[in-house]
Amino acid sequence: MGPIDKSAVQAALDRFLNREVYLHLETTNGAYAVHFHESKMTVGAYIRNGRISFSRGLIAGDGPYRVGLKLELGWVYAEGLTDFEVDKEDRLLLAGHDEMGRLAVALELSASPFEI
Amino acid sequence: MERHVLVVLPHPDDETFGCGGTIALFARSGVPVTYVCGTLGEMGRNMGKPFFATRESLPHVREAELAEACEVLGIKQLIKLGLRDKTIEFEDPERVADRLEQIMREIRPSLVITHYPGYAVHPDHNAFGAITMRAVARLAQNERPKVWAHGFANLAQADLGPQDIVNDISEVAEIKLAAVRAHGSQSQVMIFRGGGNQNAMPEDLVNRFLKRESFWTYRF
Repeated sequence: MGPIDKSAVQAALDRFLNREVYLHLETTNGAYAVHFHESKMTVGAYIRNGRISFSRGLIAGDGPYRVGLKLELGWVYAEGLTDFEVDKEDRLLLAGHDEMGRLAVALELSASPFEI
Repeated sequence: MERHVLVVLPHPDDETFGCGGTIALFARSGVPVTYVCGTLGEMGRNMGKPFFATRESLPHVREAELAEACEVLGIKQLIKLGLRDKTIEFEDPERVADRLEQIMREIRPSLVITHYPGYAVHPDHNAFGAITMRAVARLAQNERPKVWAHGFANLAQADLGPQDIVNDISEVAEIKLAAVRAHGSQSQVMIFRGGGNQNAMPEDLVNRFLKRESFWTYRF
């Protein structure tokens, strides 16, 4: 995984258009955010293996980046994305890392289910 | 002298940070130690510094780190329960307790080390600790192991009083440090703070991690 190449990410998003794909989407400020006084709230959410199909998928911004996926009945959105990888299984992995290299947000797409 | 020590904690690295010195002391004196690790820490946000893991590679990275840490600490048997990070509190506790009860009936530990429910900060710690207590409580009183509970919530000492078990681990500090280093994806950020020398721990953390480990004896 390395810094986002916007055109490579856009090309990868295009490959997932208009087909059923598996989504991993998450954001977190860490399980110890309150304990270590980094924040007043510990906040996180994730969905693993959401099944979606999108008719528009774009990456936007100049870094950190945003991604929006337009669904028949809604949207998938993530911001703060800094790094990407298309892995050997052709999955698109996008993540936003903070100054400590800690993952703060992730959006991933795969043609087959992610491991659980 | 313990007959067999069973450690029950949810994430790879919990065994090292919370009780690595205690485990090393038992192992060194010939007491078999079995570790039941609930998850692979799949959802951790620390990815190494500079980061080298991704959300998808992290479980594999942490599984390898765990194997190395177990080797370093002298843990003879590792049982990976296959639960998923951050989800333990949503599982059916009776079903998870069934598995722990079965393991305890096979191993017959004289001592169990787990998290103190309600005082271990992370929801997985609290939930897995509570399930462990539930499983121990199912055993008849005369076959129940002692339980040492680890807790580090800010209010733990105010509520529970001081820990009654305080283990001096200075003799095995180097072993614990090597196990901390083995969990590189986590410790490079949390312990070494990305600062160059991973043989040295910052002074405040040496005092917290490498001198003593404390537990409350859990009463049923």
